[in-house]
Order: sequence, then structure tokens, then C-alpha cells
Amino acid sequence: MTSATLRHSVWILRGNPLTAVAATGVLLFVLVAIFGPWIVPYDPVASNVSEALLPPSAAHIAGTDQLGRDVFSRLIIAARLDLAIAVSAVGISFAIGAVVGSFCGYAGGRLDRGVGRFVDVMMAFPLFVLAMAMVAALGNRIENIVIATAIINLPFYIRFARAEVNVRRNVGWVEAARACGESHFSVVLRFLLPNILPAMAVQISLNLGWAILNAAGLSFIGLGVKPPTPEWGIMVAEGARFISTGRWWLVAFPGLALMMAVLCFNLLGDGMRDILDPRMRT
Amino acid sequence: MSEALLSIDDLHVAFSTRRGMVEAVRGVTLTVEKGEMLGLVGESGSGKSVTGFATTRLLDAAGRVTGGKILFRGQDVTKLRGDDLRQLQGAAMSMIFQNPRAALNPIRAIGLQIADAILTHKRISKEAARGEALDLLRAVQIREPEARMNAYPHELSGGMCQRVMIAIAISCNPALLIADEPTTGLDVTTQKVVMDLLADIAAARGMATILITHDLGLAARYCRRIAVMERGRIVEEASPRSLFSAPQHAYTRRLVAASPTATSRIEDLVTEEDRERYATVVSKPRAELVHGTPPLLEVRKLAKRFDQGSAAVADFSMTMAGGESVGLVGESGSGKSTTSRMICRLIDPSEGDIVFDGHSIGYVASRDFHRSRLRKDIQMVFQDPNESLNPRFTAFDCIAHPLLRLGGMRAGEALRERVEECAVRVGLPLDLLPRFPHQLSGGQKARVGIARAIACRPRLLVLDEPTAALDVSVQAVVLQLLDRLRRENDIALLFVSHDLNVVRMLCDRTIVLRNGGIVEQGESRALFDNPKTDYTRKLVEAIPHIETGEMLAAAL
Repeated sequence: MTSATLRHSVWILRGNPLTAVAATGVLLFVLVAIFGPWIVPYDPVASNVSEALLPPSAAHIAGTDQLGRDVFSRLIIAARLDLAIAVSAVGISFAIGAVVGSFCGYAGGRLDRGVGRFVDVMMAFPLFVLAMAMVAALGNRIENIVIATAIINLPFYIRFARAEVNVRRNVGWVEAARACGESHFSVVLRFLLPNILPAMAVQISLNLGWAILNAAGLSFIGLGVKPPTPEWGIMVAEGARFISTGRWWLVAFPGLALMMAVLCFNLLGDGMRDILDPRMRT
Repeated sequence: MSEALLSIDDLHVAFSTRRGMVEAVRGVTLTVEKGEMLGLVGESGSGKSVTGFATTRLLDAAGRVTGGKILFRGQDVTKLRGDDLRQLQGAAMSMIFQNPRAALNPIRAIGLQIADAILTHKRISKEAARGEALDLLRAVQIREPEARMNAYPHELSGGMCQRVMIAIAISCNPALLIADEPTTGLDVTTQKVVMDLLADIAAARGMATILITHDLGLAARYCRRIAVMERGRIVEEASPRSLFSAPQHAYTRRLVAASPTATSRIEDLVTEEDRERYATVVSKPRAELVHGTPPLLEVRKLAKRFDQGSAAVADFSMTMAGGESVGLVGESGSGKSTTSRMICRLIDPSEGDIVFDGHSIGYVASRDFHRSRLRKDIQMVFQDPNESLNPRFTAFDCIAHPLLRLGGMRAGEALRERVEECAVRVGLPLDLLPRFPHQLSGGQKARVGIARAIACRPRLLVLDEPTAALDVSVQAVVLQLLDRLRRENDIALLFVSHDLNVVRMLCDRTIVLRNGGIVEQGESRALFDNPKTDYTRKLVEAIPHIETGEMLAAAL
């Protein structure tokens, strides 16, 4: 990042403090995911029936669940798993989608039409149902949640990369690269792809929030991560049984964590779009 | 009280940016009389458009009038609010923009768009507005106006769209029309037709016009009075004749010198002071072509058809000797860009062959040509310098790229030396080499593009409108640079351009293209002095010339 970009980012952030807040939130989320095991006050899986279903207090700031486990500790430990699923799923779909989409956008013609129709077909399915079906068919494992989430994200990356490359393929510097002796292949991989990365970073940020929600959703309906592993979706699902008896903290805190994570990633994505938008660069 | 229609007094406009407030206009004073056409001339960034926008109160949110007055019929425009402002915009003064296609609503029929403009300011029925719209289309000489009422902007050519814009602008009979680069981006022949029309309409309706343009020749042709702007100030205001014969301000002198005329030579494009340096180079005679030497480039019956079967280029043949410069001119859509890209082996011809230095290269797929050892002999300079450099490469990387790929060089001292040598060759200061494209000016980017193209010492340089996006003063420098490269390094130049003045100066021979075929070719000077076909004559006549005969008479 050059100093000019940095200055520009600071200028944008000053006019848009929400992005700064979101960036801080995401940073906090990542730190919690990394250092979670060292900062939790209690063992997240150790049950203690004598302390079951306690409301939030000084000892248990988010209360305890039906087995007496500390909800706050579980929330913190769950951050790592949810983030890991989201990051690896988005990473896979980004890597494949960006390369496939770039070649489609550059080459056009039959390849582009073929892949384009395939993407259309995929997007015609309700994506969450597609993910459910895949996890159910492949087996209830974390790898499969990652694969399912990656596959349902793929169409967005293919389309996005295709569109970004397509507008650039006849630009002077692409032709210049070819006149300098680059093959079509290296023009795509070494010239076009790096140039669409900033725009794709926005997509990645927006998508991470969605992927977290997707993983939690799968766990919520019983596909994916299995109890007693701490995971936000499972915690919401388990806590839902107790909401009618007034034990709101079992659902509210994991739900809030989920909401904040998704919100921060989305706001960061929006903010990044503003920073990267060339029209804002005056 | 005999006051001017518009009088701008010490106008200051500033924009807020991340680097704080930037003054775009700093103290402009000018007046426009009723019915007069005033030319406001300057290069990019001179503040001429901002002055226009401030006058019509169309500055965008970041811009603010920070000082001075704009009096229109005695009323200060900068203080108008609400209804008064709406009455002013469109009804009393209106504006024509540079890109007519972008200024029109793409999903609304043009007849309706004109009617909309009328209905905004007049309380009449929709039918009556449609009737007036039809009359306006007739007034701007659109053929078959009844049918065109229902046409959408994409169905019309650029020139047609600009006529529609003019129709909208004059729909409420404004007293003042501000035309911001109304013909930039249009072909020369279209430019002349549109400008003639604009001038006729303004004269017939008694409208005052401010013609904002970078083209001194254009302003000279249509305006009685020209104001020259530089860096937010008006540096000189005079009639075209005195401006050209006796420019007072140093900047005007440079601008006048840099504007190509029908007789100017490349060495004329700078003022007396700068000419000294150039003279030593020009005096070097060009090597005479020895009879019987094989041509460097021979193109035989080249054709290109695109998917739909329409021919972009058909039956194109030419030859070029080493060190020769050939101009390829034509209007947009004439196939000149396609031809240049086929010769540069970036796209494949459908038919025909290209023979370069005795080797047939037309049948080598463009996909594989990057491996050919002739790749480094044919290089290209691309049209828009702003788009021809990889945003993620520094200037150094850009120039080093062909050396690494084609020159067989490795990163290190030798590479650095060669890159610096190329930079010096094109007059690029060495301290700019670590910069990224967005940190360079248009002229500097153009130099990087040329340095990259000559880095591997090519024998043929294909130039696709290399100066079209540049200011005239920068264009002058780039043209001199190209001419010098040709004389000193014996590089053959294939110069693709729509600017005939430039081609005439730089090229020994000229080929005129139309609809993908050759209309006429020959020695540049002869071809322009005595065009044999009507098409070429039309092209030549459409160039806005600074009348040199008058100039001489006035000077004597």
C-alpha cells in the first residue's frame, strides 16, 4: 500500500466513521478467533449442572446454558470455528472463481457462454437449499460445510471476475503487454488478475459475512457442526428451546455475535468499495 | 443602460479535495455581449469548464464559488435560489456538453426528451410540446424528423446526438448558450457540420454563445473574440487575428505555436526560444532510399471480417521502407485501428498476408506471435496514455517489461541503465521512474508509453492516435520526439490518426481509409494540397485552419 493510498483511505475514513468502526470490529473478531483459548474465563465444554441456566451475572457475564457451561466462553471459542469455515470457504471460491471468471471474461466466445449458462443454472437454485443438500449427501463434517459454502459462493466470484476482466480486456495496457511478448495466458494471470484484486477484496469482505451466516445456518438446522462443539448456530438452536421459559440469554448473545460479525464484514465491504472507487479519487 | 448580457467579475472557484481546498478558477473577469460568440480556450486543467459550470450553477458538490460576481442581465447568478435559479437554468441560459451520448437519457426517445425540456419551463400541452420538439429537430437539420422523434440515443450517431443536445439546449430560446467542447470526440467532417449549425442557430436566434474548447483553430474559425485561460486565469483576450499574429502573453505564444496549421512544420511547433535545441536534429538529413532495396513491410490484400460477416477492412495493401513514415487517416469506423492492430499482430487477419523484412508473418496466429523473434521489431504506442500503462507497474517496470520479455535481459544494473537510457531518449526525468501511472501527467504517461515501445529498438513503430488525448503543447513535444526518433534511429513509423494537420507534418506518405478500403494514397504534401477524391477534399476542408494568409497580411 503506497502512502498516497493510505492518505486517501484516511481521508475516506474521516468522512465515513462507520467504516472505521466496522474495521475495528472485524479486527477484534479476528483477534478473538486467534487468541480465544487464552482469554476465556471458563472451559467452554465442561458442564456443571449445579450452575445450569443462570442469568447473566458478574461471574458469568452472558449467563450459563442448560448444562451449566459458560455462554461467554463458548461464544469466544466459537468465533474461531465460524471464522475458519467462512475464510476457507470464501478462499476456495475466490481462488477458483477469480481464475475461471477471468479467463471467461478475457476469452469470451464458447468458453464464456458455457460457463455463463452453468453459473445461471446454479444461481437458479435456492443456494441455501443447495448447500443443505450437499452437506446431507456428502456427510455431516466440517470439510463438507466448507465445500458446500465454497460451491454456493462460486457463481458470484465467477460473474464478478468475468465482468471486471471483460471491461479491461481491450484496454491499452493489455494490448501493450501482448506487444511486449506476453501470451494470452500470462496476460490474464499476471496482468488482469492482479488488477481486479482490489475490486474483488470488496466482494470477499461482503461474502465473508454471508459465509459465516451460512455456516451457522447449516449448524442451526442440524447439518454441519455437531454439539457439544461451541458454534454460534448450534448455540442459537439449543437456546431456542429455552426462550419460551424466559432464558433469553442463550439465544440473544450468540445471535448478537452473529449479527455483529456479519454487520462488520458488510460495512467494511461497503467502506472498501468507497475507498477503491476511482471516482472518489479527486 | 448599455450593459453586457453576462459579466463575470473576479470569479474564484475552489474545490475541496483530500489535499484541502484547490483553487480551479482564480480571478476570471470577462463579459459576453448579446448575440456574440466568445471562445474560451485553454488546456486541460485551465479552469475553462469550471468557469462554464459556475456560470450555469452546475458545479458539483465539492466546488464552491469563493469570490467574485457573475452578473447575468444585472442579476448575480451566484446568489439565486429556488424558482429564480430554475428559471435561469435551461430557460435563460443552457449548456451543451462534451459527450452527447452520456448527456442523453438512453432509455427515452429523443423526441420525448426534447419535449421534457420544453415542459419544464413552459405551461403548454404535451401535444404542443411534441410539436415544438419536431420543429426543433427540423431546426437542427435532422433528416426525417418525424421518424427520428421516436429514436433512442443509441440508434443515432455521435453527431446526431449532439444535434439533439443542441435542440434541447435551444428549446426555450435561452439568451446564453454555453458549449463545453461540443465537438471533441466527433470526426472532423462531423465537427464542421455541427459547429456550422450551432453558429447559424445562434446567429438566427440572437443567442450569445460561449464556446469552451482546447482547439484554438476551432475557436478562431467561429469566434470574433477569444479569451485564453491558463491555470485559472485569463491571460489574454483578443480577436483571433491579433491573437495569432501578435500574441502578447508568453503562454498564448506557446499555445499558438503548438497549434498545427496547414503549413506548419514539426520544428515550428515551439516558440523561438525552444527552437534552438531542436534545430541541430532537424538539420540531419534523412538517408535517401536506395532503389531496389526490399521493403521493410509489405501488406498484401489484407481483410478483416468480424463475426457478423461485415468487413472492417477489405483489400488493404501497402508497402513501407525502413525509416519511412506513413500516415493512415480516416474517420471513426474506417478500419484504421483494426488495420494497425493486424499489422502489429495483435489480431488475426481474415485474409491476406503481411510480410515483414522478408518473413511472412500474416499466417502466424496472433496467439503465438509473442514467441516470434520479430515481435520486438514491431512495437506499438497506444491511443490513450491514461489507459496504456498497467496501473500496478511503475514507470520503470513499464519500460523494463519488453526488455525482460523480448530483450532477454535480466533484472540488474544493465537493465537499469537501458531503462534510464530510454527515459532520457524520450525526455522523461529519471526521478519519475519509481512513480505509478496515476502519479504522472498525461504527457509523462505518453513518454513512458513511447519509451516502452522503443526499448527493444524496434524497426517498425505503429502509433495509434498517440496524441489524440493530449493537450496541443504536449502534442507538439511528443510529435517532435517521434520525428527525432525516426531521424536518429531510423525507425519506420505507421501513424494512425484522424488529425490531418499532424499527419501532414509527420508523414512522408499518407493513406486515406474509408469504410475499410483505401480511398487515396500518395505523398502527404501533394495529397493534402491537391486531393484527388471528394472524400479526401472534404476531410482536408473540414480541418479548422488558422488563416495563414490573413495572418501574414495582418503582420505586415
